[in-house]
This record gives sequence, structure tokens and C-alpha cells, in this order.
Amino acid sequence: MIAVWANQLLQGVMLGGLYTLFAIGLSLSAGVMRFVNIAHGDFIVLTCYALLLLSTLLGVNPVVATLIVLPIAFLFGFVLQRFLLQRVVGENVLLVILVTFALSIIIENGLLEGFGADPQKISGGWMETATVALGDGINVGLFQVVTFVGAVALVAVLDLLLYRTGIGAKIRAVSDDVAAANLIGLSSVRIYAVAMGITFVTIGIAAGFVSIWTNFDPASGPTRLLVAFEVIVMGGLGSLWGSLAGGIVLGLAQAVGGQFDIAWQIMAGHIVFLIVLALRPQGLFPKY
Amino acid sequence: MLILNGARAIFAAGVVAMAAAPFLFGANYVVLLTDFMSMLVLAIMWNLLAGYADIVTVGQHAYVGVGAYAFFGFAALAGINPYLSILLAGLVALAIAVPTMILVFRLRTAYLAIGTWVVAELLMLASGKLNAWGGGSGTSLPISIVLGFGRARGDRIATIYWLAFGLAAVAMLATYFLLRSRIGIGLTAMRDNEEGAAAIGVNITYARVLCFLGTAPFLGIVGAVITLQKLRIAPPASFSITDWTVLIIFNVVIGGIGSFEGPIIGTIVYFLLRQYLAGLGAWHLILLGTFSIVVILIEKRGLWGLMRRGLGDDLIPIAHKPSAAFDAAAKAHINAASDSRQ
Amino acid sequence: MATTAPTALLAVEDVSVFYEKFRAINHVNIAVGAGEIVSIIGANGAGKSTLLKAIIGQADRVEGKISFAGDPIIGRSTEAIVASGIMLVPEGRRLFPSLTVEENLGLGWEVGRKGEIRFDDIWRLFPVLKDRRRQKAGSLSGGQQQMVALGRALLANPRLLLCDEISLGLAPLVVNELYTLIPQIKARGIGILIVEQDIERSLAAADHFYCLLEGKVSLTGRPGDVSRDLVMKHYFGL
Repeated sequence: MIAVWANQLLQGVMLGGLYTLFAIGLSLSAGVMRFVNIAHGDFIVLTCYALLLLSTLLGVNPVVATLIVLPIAFLFGFVLQRFLLQRVVGENVLLVILVTFALSIIIENGLLEGFGADPQKISGGWMETATVALGDGINVGLFQVVTFVGAVALVAVLDLLLYRTGIGAKIRAVSDDVAAANLIGLSSVRIYAVAMGITFVTIGIAAGFVSIWTNFDPASGPTRLLVAFEVIVMGGLGSLWGSLAGGIVLGLAQAVGGQFDIAWQIMAGHIVFLIVLALRPQGLFPKY
Repeated sequence: MLILNGARAIFAAGVVAMAAAPFLFGANYVVLLTDFMSMLVLAIMWNLLAGYADIVTVGQHAYVGVGAYAFFGFAALAGINPYLSILLAGLVALAIAVPTMILVFRLRTAYLAIGTWVVAELLMLASGKLNAWGGGSGTSLPISIVLGFGRARGDRIATIYWLAFGLAAVAMLATYFLLRSRIGIGLTAMRDNEEGAAAIGVNITYARVLCFLGTAPFLGIVGAVITLQKLRIAPPASFSITDWTVLIIFNVVIGGIGSFEGPIIGTIVYFLLRQYLAGLGAWHLILLGTFSIVVILIEKRGLWGLMRRGLGDDLIPIAHKPSAAFDAAAKAHINAASDSRQ
Repeated sequence: MATTAPTALLAVEDVSVFYEKFRAINHVNIAVGAGEIVSIIGANGAGKSTLLKAIIGQADRVEGKISFAGDPIIGRSTEAIVASGIMLVPEGRRLFPSLTVEENLGLGWEVGRKGEIRFDDIWRLFPVLKDRRRQKAGSLSGGQQQMVALGRALLANPRLLLCDEISLGLAPLVVNELYTLIPQIKARGIGILIVEQDIERSLAAADHFYCLLEGKVSLTGRPGDVSRDLVMKHYFGL
């Protein structure tokens, strides 16, 4: 009995790792540019399809496909911010919401037209089926562990990037006070674009893992967005490590709910989110 | 001036024609117009929140679904008079809006928007757990309820149409009077400059709460009307984000957000194009989405913004204008002041 | 008297700056020579900060001609202008509160011309900052923040320093300390354009001054050559 519950909770924590991967890019872009990209989840799904194409066309394994995608993702994010989103950033939040919302719909329907509605998945080969035995009947999937470790590593790397590098200081400067940055000669336009590029690299990494973890289809975007959103709000806006905490909380909530059925799994997540919002609206580890 | 009055005359004629629609048009067209009226109400409500009260939501489909399910509960399960059930559906939507607002108002801007989406998802999933309502696959509206709106199909269609038309008329009048009232002026002030508005005593929170809660009953009643048309309730259909949120947002943005006329024009344009768009499959949303982005980047005030340049004034005057004498005196004063600076 | 000959470090010629339709700066002429301290005084709203913003490239609509070491700079990005040797100490300090003192200063070095002034020089100028180098800038006192702002600007190794109301909100003793630095900066050959509401202080430091009134230059000259009364008249527009 204990083993069953321990397994479920462990699954929840591992799931939390995956959810942290979804959220980390949103945390960065929301923290730096002060807007929430409603198409965030859809971009994850778009990248999943790109990985699918790469692995079927080039016949490469998922790891290689992801590595190929990452620099393209950076460029894509850079250009998207520099030439589209920059035009609506700052002045009026409404416009950003509307543009990213419209982008979300366009991507979903574009994918639907291009690939059809059937769910897809990328095979993780041996890694997907291997399990790690922790004794006393407690097992956890190897791929799940790798994902979780990957999430922690990504958070650590981003932490280093933001707090130990020159570009990180510049990114934090514009997120503190963009007008002041402009006054002293820091090009906020370019720094925003770089930040978005980094965000899209994390989207690429998230896609690499989730495309193997579970099915995806053109309509999967919103679910990913809502997860990322709940994680960053629960974790505390602006906090990277908070996102890890938020992800684990959400993962655990869903693991408990998932004991009943899939609807309850998702509902449990939403309910826990609303409870945290009611009791501690600033999140677990707020920066602001 | 002539063009403006001409446009106003056309608008007035349109309203009269709509009021008499079941007498003027065939049954199938009246069904279409009922849809139009429903979407119009949704558009007006979303625009009030996003364009005036500075509350962007992407979760208003929650209240449509709640209204649909509440209507079914009262009419089909509790056997309450169908017309009364419609009103009660609106009240239930309002009741749901209160705790939602308390939770969601802890967030700002885009976070608030997605928060409303989370609530909508939760409500949709929860409705799928209600066995009496058909659970995850939903159920049909009993024939007896439907017949309560008219024995003959033509009568039913007309009755339901007038319900929708009445709702749209009330929605327009309510919004009109709200925007012309002190609260409405305060909203416009708040939209232009929140700190300044607070400084002159505009109670921002009160205005926001009023708008958020005020739109809920309208959305709930739309849910009831739609159920009468679809003759079914089901979680994905009654809570359809595409029909009740996505399309509405696109319509309002293209028509012109933040103006009284914008949602009306946007919904009209959508309906004119609807037949053509239906044949495009998923492309119609791609097209609408792209066009919305273009509008946002080029003319934020949408089609109405473009039209207004030619018309010179609002079709339906919301703004209070200073009297001609005041206007002249102000201009003279400004001219004198800038002359002395040169 | 500063010349507007090609040797002027900064030449602002017949410049007007607009906010939408409003003309905030109205056909203004100003010049700063290398190693010269020029003071711009004027009441609130006279247009002083607007002028500095126009020079640094952050004003939307500027007409006329602004030359820096002979090169026209209207229309250039702030990034380029800063890299070529003009640096602003913004009104209200405008540090990045969540960054440390060291990081704030470091940004100055990053955006600037990379020259002789290094971190050690800043620590020597402001020993109190060296002790607090790892502290978040937002937790410093007003005077210390102003030191960081000044240090940040100096680390950019500017040829022209623009100081916007550096005495605002600071205790007189602190302001005194800051103003002792001005001659030291001048000694390095850096031109300084000081914008101040505090007339006494800025006139005492300046080689040359301009008085702005409602966007126009109402008076200009050497501080020693004009009476206090005359300055007051043109400050207030009486």
C-alpha cells in the first residue's frame, strides 16, 4: 500500500520536473519582458512537430534532433521578439495578449492543417521503457528521472547565466528598469530579443523531453500553457528555483488526482493552483 | 455630417429590421440571426471588459457553459418554467462569477486573463462529472422543454430569436447607459490614465467589479439560448472556447476594441463572411488570427477606427461633448497662450 | 566664452524638441568645450531634462543640429552615442536596484568607450562603495546611489558627461562631497554639462551657463559676469 502511494508521489515529483521545463521559458520571458506569451504552449508543440519531422526525415535519434533544433529555436525566438512582439511590448499589455493569443490560434490551426489531428509521439527507445528500482517495490521510469535531472540542470544553468554572466546582468538590468537601461545606452530592444532567444532554447529542450514523455497533437498547446502558467504563479513570479518548487507541487497534485481518472488529474492541478492563489497569491518564493 | 446622419439612419433601419426579422425572413435565416445576436452579446460584453474596464479575459466561455448547464438543470431536471429557467441561468452565472472574481483579481493583466482560462477549464471538467447532466458526453434537451417555446418549428424559431434579440437589445442599452454614466466616464478616464483617474476620485475597484459581475448574467443567458438552439449540452460544446471566446475576440479586435460600434461591426463582418469562411476549415481561424494581428499592428481601433475617420464622429454618441460656447472659449484661450510663447 | 567653432566638443544648434505637438525645447543653441563645465539652470518644466534626453538620443522628435566632436548625432541610437563618448547620469539616479553595486558599475564599463578610467579609480573616488560592492544597489542610501550613478557614468570613459539634477533629494553635505568631484573630472579633460535647479551650486562650479525658460535660452554668460538679480529674473521669467 505504501509502495503504491510512494510510487505515485515519486511519479508526481518526476512529472514536476517536466512541468518545470514547460514553465522555465515562460518565467524568463514574463520576468524580463513583463508579458505572458499566450502562445508559449503552442510553441512547445510546434517544436515537437519540428522534432518529429527532423527525426523522420533525417533519421536521427531524438537527442541529436533536439541539439539541431536548439540553435534554430534561439534564432526563431530572437526574430519573433525583434520584429513582431517588440512592436507591441511596453505600451499596452492588451495588445501583447491579443497578438500572442492570435499567434496561438494560428499555430494550432496551422499544425492541424499540416499534420492532421492524430496524436503523435516520438519514441524514446530503450530509455523510455527502462526503470530504476529503488527497493521495497518502488520503481521509477529512467526517462522520468532523466527529465527531472534535466529540469534541475536547466534551472541551475539559467541561474548561472543570469547571475554570473555579462549578458545575464544586462538582462536583469532591463527587467529592473527598461527606461533607465535605454538611457545609459543598453539596447533594450536587442537584450529583449536575446532573452526571447534563450526562452525559445528552453522551449526546444522542453519539447525534446515532452515529445517522448507523452502524446502530442495540434490542440495540446493550451494544456502546456496552463501548466506553465500555474507553475510560475505558484512558484512565485520571477523566481527560477521557485518554478521548480511550483512544478513539483503541481506534479504531486496531479499524481494524487490521477489516481481516479484523467479528468480528476487535471482538475486536481487546477484546484490546488486556485487554493495556492487564494492563500498565498504571491507564490511560494516571490521575487517581487 | 450628411454621411454621419446617413450612417445613423441605416443603423436605425437595421435595428428595426432585426426587430421584425421573423416576419421578414425565412426560418433558416432567422436561426442564423439568432446566432448573430448571441455572438453580438458576447462581443459587447468582452469589449466592455477588455476595451473599457481594462480586464482582458480569455475565459468568458466559462459563463456560457455555466448558463447552459444551469438552464438544463432548472428546466429539464427541476421542471421549472423554461423562461424562468433562462433568467435563473443568468443568476447562476453571476453566482459563479463572484468567487471567480475574488480569486482571479489577485492577478494582473495577462495573468488575470489566463486565470480566467483556468477557471473555465475547471468548470468544464467539473461539468463532465455531473451524471444527471450526462457526464462527459452530455445529453439532449428533452423535447418537452423545447416545445414549451412553441409547438410549430416556425414559432419556436421566432420565440428563441426574440429572446436573443431582446438580450442583445438589453445588452446594448445597458452598456450605452453605463458608458454615459459617471462610472462609464470613470472607466474611460481609468483606461487613459489609471493614476490620474484614482487621483480625481474614480473608484477603480468598484468600476471593475461592477463590470466583471455585470457581464456574467448576460453570458449565462446566452448559454441558455444556445442550448435551446443546439438542443444539447455537452462539456466541450457548451464550454467551447473557440465559439465563445476565440471568435469573439477576433471579431471585436477586427471591428474595433474599446468603442461602442466596434463589436457590432466586427460581428456583422464575421457573419457576412461566415459562409465563405466555413468552407476553409482550419484556415478560417488562421485567416482571422492573422488579420487580427495586422489590425493590432496597423490600426488599433480596427475597422471602426477606419470608418470613424470618414464619418467624423461616433455613430452612437457615448462621449459627453462640451457645449459649443465652452469649446470656442477653450480654443481661444489655448491659442492666446501658445501665441505668447512664440 | 565657449565657442561654436568646429573645436567645440558638443554643439547644439537651433534645436527644437517636441512631445507630440508640444514644443518643449524651442530653437536652442548651446556649446560645451572639452574640459569645460557648462551649467544649465531653469525652473521645473523649463526643458532641461528634455534637452539632455535629446542629446543622449532618447527624444522622439528633434529638429536642428547636434554635433559631438564634429559628428552629427541626431537620429543615432543611444547605444552608439554612448559608445562614442557621451554618458548620462540620469535624473533620480536610475540604478538597477536588484543588481549589486559592482554590477551596476560594470554596466557602465560595458556600454562605454573602454578607456583609462577603471574600477580601481572608482573605488579610490568612492571608498564607501568599495565596502559595499556586493550589496544590492536598491539598499543604498540616496547619496551612495548617486555615487554609483556617477561612477557608472565615469566607467564609460566619456568625453562628455551629462549630469541631470544630481543634487536632487540629497542632503547638502552629501551634495558638497559630490561637487568636489566635478573639478577632478574636469581635470581629466572631460566636458561636463550640468543641469540643476540649485542655482548657487551649479553656477559656482561652472565655466559658463545657460538659463532655460519655457524651452528657450533666456540668458547666457559666465557666472562671474552676471549679477544674481539678473539670473533670478531670467530663471523665473520676470
